[in-house]
Amino acid sequence: MNRKICIVPCSGIGKTYGSVAREGAFIVTEDLRPETTRIMALSRLVPDDSDVRVEIALAESITIDGCKLACAAKVVAETGGTVAHALQVLDVYRKHRDLKPAGIAELNEGGKRLAAVLAEEVAALVDNMEGKHDA
Amino acid sequence: MPELPRKKVGLVSCSGEEMAEGTVTRLATLKVLEELRPDKTVTICLPLFLAGGEEERTFARFYPTITIDGCEKRCAAKGTERYSSKPAVSIVVTESCDAASCGLGSARHLNDAGRFAVTKVAGEIALKVDRLLEDAWKKPRRTSVDPFPIIQEGS
Repeated sequence: MNRKICIVPCSGIGKTYGSVAREGAFIVTEDLRPETTRIMALSRLVPDDSDVRVEIALAESITIDGCKLACAAKVVAETGGTVAHALQVLDVYRKHRDLKPAGIAELNEGGKRLAAVLAEEVAALVDNMEGKHDA
Repeated sequence: MPELPRKKVGLVSCSGEEMAEGTVTRLATLKVLEELRPDKTVTICLPLFLAGGEEERTFARFYPTITIDGCEKRCAAKGTERYSSKPAVSIVVTESCDAASCGLGSARHLNDAGRFAVTKVAGEIALKVDRLLEDAWKKPRRTSVDPFPIIQEGS
């Protein structure tokens, strides 16, 4: 049985890169790969809930972090999940410095485009993982 | 005259990306932090409690916190209590707002009702912030670190 891949963005609410991570996750799960992915709220993993632990343990995850603290990757791993890929928004930005993000509640155009580029990277990883499952 | 540390209130929102109420918690928290009570509040990143954020745990141990959850699972309140200390106030969007989840829009795009909920919840948070800080200064100081009062929901 194929389970949907969990896309887990960091929950950073005070920084632009956290907003880019969240928007990128929405683009993947709602626009690009809705059939094979779903978004997982990081906050659900913080209380020690056994049902959520089972849920995350049964799926593979791609984490998207907004800063080097890498909360999403750490929390998924610490709660028993499998982090197939751990992405950092800053790494994507370094490759696309023309897309400078700004804004938190509302991203600027650069931030939206950076999120779209990030989402494309995640979608490619998803396809690769799906290909391995199908092989 | 020595400068004493200012009392601030920590805001911990669930930010739940799976439902519109989670987005309401995040935007309401930002509204309080940036517009309504910028000098009286800080935000605390919930996942950092688990990811080893010692500063976050310590802050929430000595300063009052308000948790803002999107649903009755109360991930922010439970997480704060588990890794630091019991929040002074716990707000749940589904209890504060009448509209069901579908009525607020989606997690990605809030509709008018969702945006109204943001304003309403932000106002509720700001009021609780004022009450917590007011009560903290009224209390006679007997110890180096006074415990903050717990405000019961609905009070």
